[in-house]
Amino acid sequence: MTDSNNQMTGAEIVLRALKDNGVEHIFGYPGGAVLPIYDEIFQQDDIQHILVRHEQGAGHAAEGYARSTGKVGVMLVTSGPGATNAVTPLQDALMDSVPLVCISGQVPTTLIGSDAFQECDTVGITRPCTKHNWLVKDVNELAGVIHEAFRIAQTGRPGPVVVDVPKDIQFATGTYTPPGETPVNSSYKPVVQGDIKAIQAAIELMATARRPVFYTGGGVVNSGPEASRLLRELVELTGFPITSTLMGLGTYPASGKNWLGMLGMHGSYEANMAMHDCDVMVCIGARFDDRITGRLNAFSPNSHKIHVDIDPSSINKNVRVDVPIIGDVGQVMEDMVRLWRALPKKPEKSQTQEWWSNIERWRARNSFAYKPSSDVIMPQYAIQRLYELSKGRDTYITTEVGQHQMWAAQFFGFEEPHHWLTSGGLGTMGYGLPAAIGVQVAHPEALVIDIAGDASIQMCIQEMSCAIQHNLPVKIFILNNQYMGMVRQWQQLLHGNRLSNSYTEAMPDFVKLAEAYGAVGIYCDKPAELDGKIEEMIAVNRPVIFDCRVANLANCFPMIPSGKAHNEMLLPDEATDEAVANAIDARGRQLV
Amino acid sequence: MNAHQQPTGSAYFITPETAKAENHTLSVLVSNEPGVLARVIGLFSGRGYNIESLTVSETEHEAHLSRITIVTRGTPSVLEQIKAQLERIVPVHRVVDLTVRAKDLGQERPIEREVALIKVVGSGEHRAETLRLADAFQAKVVDATVEHFVLEITGKSSKIDQFVAILKPLGLIEICRTGIAAMNRGPQGM
Repeated sequence: MTDSNNQMTGAEIVLRALKDNGVEHIFGYPGGAVLPIYDEIFQQDDIQHILVRHEQGAGHAAEGYARSTGKVGVMLVTSGPGATNAVTPLQDALMDSVPLVCISGQVPTTLIGSDAFQECDTVGITRPCTKHNWLVKDVNELAGVIHEAFRIAQTGRPGPVVVDVPKDIQFATGTYTPPGETPVNSSYKPVVQGDIKAIQAAIELMATARRPVFYTGGGVVNSGPEASRLLRELVELTGFPITSTLMGLGTYPASGKNWLGMLGMHGSYEANMAMHDCDVMVCIGARFDDRITGRLNAFSPNSHKIHVDIDPSSINKNVRVDVPIIGDVGQVMEDMVRLWRALPKKPEKSQTQEWWSNIERWRARNSFAYKPSSDVIMPQYAIQRLYELSKGRDTYITTEVGQHQMWAAQFFGFEEPHHWLTSGGLGTMGYGLPAAIGVQVAHPEALVIDIAGDASIQMCIQEMSCAIQHNLPVKIFILNNQYMGMVRQWQQLLHGNRLSNSYTEAMPDFVKLAEAYGAVGIYCDKPAELDGKIEEMIAVNRPVIFDCRVANLANCFPMIPSGKAHNEMLLPDEATDEAVANAIDARGRQLV
Repeated sequence: MNAHQQPTGSAYFITPETAKAENHTLSVLVSNEPGVLARVIGLFSGRGYNIESLTVSETEHEAHLSRITIVTRGTPSVLEQIKAQLERIVPVHRVVDLTVRAKDLGQERPIEREVALIKVVGSGEHRAETLRLADAFQAKVVDATVEHFVLEITGKSSKIDQFVAILKPLGLIEICRTGIAAMNRGPQGM
């Protein structure tokens, strides 16, 4: 390939490679070591650059973009502090399996190792928080590395990758090689097709089940819309009840008749009891995380477990399973649907009748219940109204991390995948606003709401400037209880109600803050005014900060206290001050 | 090197591990590229696995392949997890648990050998005794002056441990060991 058309600078190669990999938007922040790439961005129109106000924002915005579209999110940062600021979103994307390509500038190769200005060991620092990373030292390898970065980020279990490009490589001239013509890592071959014998065994087990449950997760979202469709078909065919992790909400519609609600620490009573008492558990694209299992040696003690996952290391990691199936959940479910249809004798409906009546009994406990109030806005009520008033629109919800996140998961009904974006694995406060910006960039006409807490929102509040600059009308709905609510809840549970540093003193006036940025501020502290103000928020075609003052001391229930099993949930009607203070024993106190 | 005896996968592993920990020898075939060793070692330290011994060298120059031999300690479920985690690293081509493979082949354990260089300084009867022992252990003298010997010995780790212990009172001042190189017996390749 000595075609002179393919000779270009490293910076040009970066832009060309991004374009050839279908990139239309990148999120970034300039600096000394990426100036040549920014110069190229200036001279082209194919790729739009979204200027954030902090590199963490670039990463979460790229995550929001990726998770709401199924495409790869791209971020661009400079060397040193630019790269270290990217670490949080990279780890966030790693834990939640979000495909992300991060291009970082690096000091010139001749200066690497000299403690140069804004130098850091980017590949060293990001090695444990990426799926893979590269330092490119030869401009002729740059194109191939970027193509490979996209392949690795989006195939198998998706994840973040970093391509570190020294400044002299950006200036150097080399050959551009298009995708498909560059060498690939022959050692990287994710398995997507499940073992048909294992799938057959799973179907046979499912057909004998008297107390079955589907337990699904973010893997179904990652596998694409077809996987959600197949999941719905599989649930319809089998008639089994279904629950999902926080990350998997929307893959099965919340209005579906087999839906049990989310499971786990703040999941519904019926979902957790079904997990505990089931005889066949079908885990699809979830990973038995500690927020899901509770005490491991009491986790679903009498069930046979089927686990479908694309990542072999997720199998038998926390919980031993009986039928492991390694493959893409979409492809495996396609086989499952086919094999279930081909069963010579399908189970009678009566086989699971008793199970369903148990579930109805658990449902009747109404575990998400809360005491309504006409004086103060209950946070749960605020989410319910937000849900009702945004129905019928193309609505995307992002969240920060804490009580508001759990209430959003409990009370907002998600009907479609890719419409719910939250930091599940890493639990990153500050995720929601930049993620909402990423979603709005990808879906300019959609209603994008960041359900936030008064503490979390301040972690990436600087991205208001980004929203204003790029005319992204994101809506920030703050459940303002003047506390770090989840921290306070845990201090009540674990530390004798000594509220160490969890009260948010010197709170900004969020309405004035919105106005200072050039956005719209809305204040509401009366239940009777809530609907009108939410409608006002939705109607505004500009960024809005909605300061929703809610009951200060409301806690998030039901809850599986640390170190407890699924059938030892603390339900809202039982959560007296005394029960809360004694819910967690000494051993559970050591847990997170 | 022995960071933890317990897996750190989740804070909920509070129940005492009842399965017994075993030593296993893993062969890891990797692309010989910058940072690959750091990826492997970082996995062990980051997830709290043990490294009892580690050797690495390029084995196939044309194919850019290196072979890493790791002796690790853990319960069967932890060992299974280590293997799965290693296979997840992009430049890792293959991971073989040689200890499991040996059992499958009806053998007690894989061939495991180490090389050590040992410097002994002394005079008089100690020198003669050192040479007698070197002969008994089939160690070679690779360097000598009137004051010292450097001995080279190959064998199982236990043999080298024993040799080192015997030489201590005879003026042993420096040891360098390679760590374990290993492969399975029999005609089959890795």
